[in-house]
Amino acid sequence: MTDARLARLGRREGRRTAWFQAVRRRHVVGWLFVLPALLFYGVFVLQPLALTIEYSFYRWDGVGPATWVGLTNYVAVLSEPKLVETLFNGFRLVIFFSLIPVGLGLVTASVIQRVARGRLGTVSRTVLFLPQVIPLVAAGIIWGRLLSLPGLVNQALSSVGLGDVTRAWLGDFDTALPAVGIIGIWVLLGFCTVLLLTGMTKIDAALYESARLDGAGWWPEFRAITIPSLRYEIAVCLTVTIIAALAAFDIVYVSTGGGPGNATAVPGIQIYILAFLERQVGLASALAVVLVILVLLVILPLQRLSRGDD
Amino acid sequence: MRVGRGELVAGRALLVALMAITILPFISLLTTALHPSGSAPPGISWPADPQWGNFVEAFKVANMTTLLASSVWIVVAVVPLALLISTMAGFAIGLLRIPGARWLLLLFVFGLTLPFEGIITPLYFLARQIGILNTRLAIVLPLIGLFMPFGVFWMRAHFANLPSEITEAARVDGANTWDLFWRIHVPLARAPMASLGILMSIWAWNQFLLALVLVEDPTQRTMAGALGAFQGHYATDIPLLCAGTILILLPTLAVFVLFQRQVITALLQGSVKG
Repeated sequence: MTDARLARLGRREGRRTAWFQAVRRRHVVGWLFVLPALLFYGVFVLQPLALTIEYSFYRWDGVGPATWVGLTNYVAVLSEPKLVETLFNGFRLVIFFSLIPVGLGLVTASVIQRVARGRLGTVSRTVLFLPQVIPLVAAGIIWGRLLSLPGLVNQALSSVGLGDVTRAWLGDFDTALPAVGIIGIWVLLGFCTVLLLTGMTKIDAALYESARLDGAGWWPEFRAITIPSLRYEIAVCLTVTIIAALAAFDIVYVSTGGGPGNATAVPGIQIYILAFLERQVGLASALAVVLVILVLLVILPLQRLSRGDD
Repeated sequence: MRVGRGELVAGRALLVALMAITILPFISLLTTALHPSGSAPPGISWPADPQWGNFVEAFKVANMTTLLASSVWIVVAVVPLALLISTMAGFAIGLLRIPGARWLLLLFVFGLTLPFEGIITPLYFLARQIGILNTRLAIVLPLIGLFMPFGVFWMRAHFANLPSEITEAARVDGANTWDLFWRIHVPLARAPMASLGILMSIWAWNQFLLALVLVEDPTQRTMAGALGAFQGHYATDIPLLCAGTILILLPTLAVFVLFQRQVITALLQGSVKG
């Protein structure tokens, strides 16, 4: 090998290391950019999550020493009728917070798309969205009034001759949960409608034209074109609203506090009661872990549904 | 699109009905607030003698000036910092594509599905341990952490969709990463940062669970937290409670009306992007 060639190789090698160093330095700097966010997220979200898991294996009143109890708390969460009912209540809320707003949102969005493309459409979008921006606590207070004995709902029922069915909707064992559910529909319908409407405006009009030529009416068109084209938006709507249902707290706390009896005790409320009122920190934590897992189990398949065969 | 007359009428009727159902609760709230303090008014009825003074009364008993100051304090402490660090992280993950970016993103996105109730119990003990329980910091610090999943996710989506030419041109001109971020990309990211800022402000303002658990004194809480306490104290005086609720709602409604387009698009894109 000649000296010249060696020198050339050396230079190339040197350039390469310099390049690697620059890239590595850039990576270090890049990580420094992520660090603050990661720090806050780690300390105030991931660490507490790990602690929740740890607490769930102990019996602890929050003050004295904690006793290791293994899986006892989990057994309680999945077998004690009161706690199992809490989980069921969470899933029953899914019907009201998720299925109805998404279904009704689909119909409303399609109506706006078909008969209200002008001013009425814009106005109704804004109006329907309104409940989404107010604090859920306020929604709970407002509807607590509406559903009370002298409230607007009973006033309306009486005025159409249904005075017999009037009652304190949130205080009745049979109607409390659906009544809470109605508050959820009121809050979430606008969000679903507007989100689905945005998706609908992206559907190719030619699809509808050809369906129209085949003489398809509103329903066949809705089923064959609108719903399949909106698969992604529907999945997003379901994801957001199901989390809102399973993790519901504010509305329930303000409107019923979990009562009457256990009728509207959803996981969020039960965790709060167990941890901060009954001082059963371990049991509360086990319920919290189960809730986190349930949310993931429901949400993950939905993500696959929305991207799967695209 | 041609639509039959019957459908036109039925469809518009449905929309008007849905809008009425959305609006009526607010009207009922207003008419109730105008009835004499201490009475038990029916759903909707215009009082013979509207008590506009109820608002003044509610403003006083709810300590509204202090509440407003407290909420503003919390928003100011949370939003700029949360906005800055989530933009930085989004920049590193979406644009610099540092090694491990995919895993980092996954880690943050996992947080999007996490119910607050899943971590509230340890947060209480953590806040007690570091001595910030019952101070506004007990709301501020966890809230910044809890905003990271959405913030990083949102800003990453912006940075990942930028054409790489901008960055390459700046690199050729000798810009280091810090310059690249502050001089080029922050100015370019103004729109998504503004939307994110508005959303974070509304969410901080409306945050209830953290306020309820971590801060006992309503005057140190967020607006929503204070409203919860207010409801506890004035559950028996319905008109006053309604007047207070309206006062607490007004700022959020004002923000919505002023920034309607940003708020709606931000909320929607936030859930669709990714």
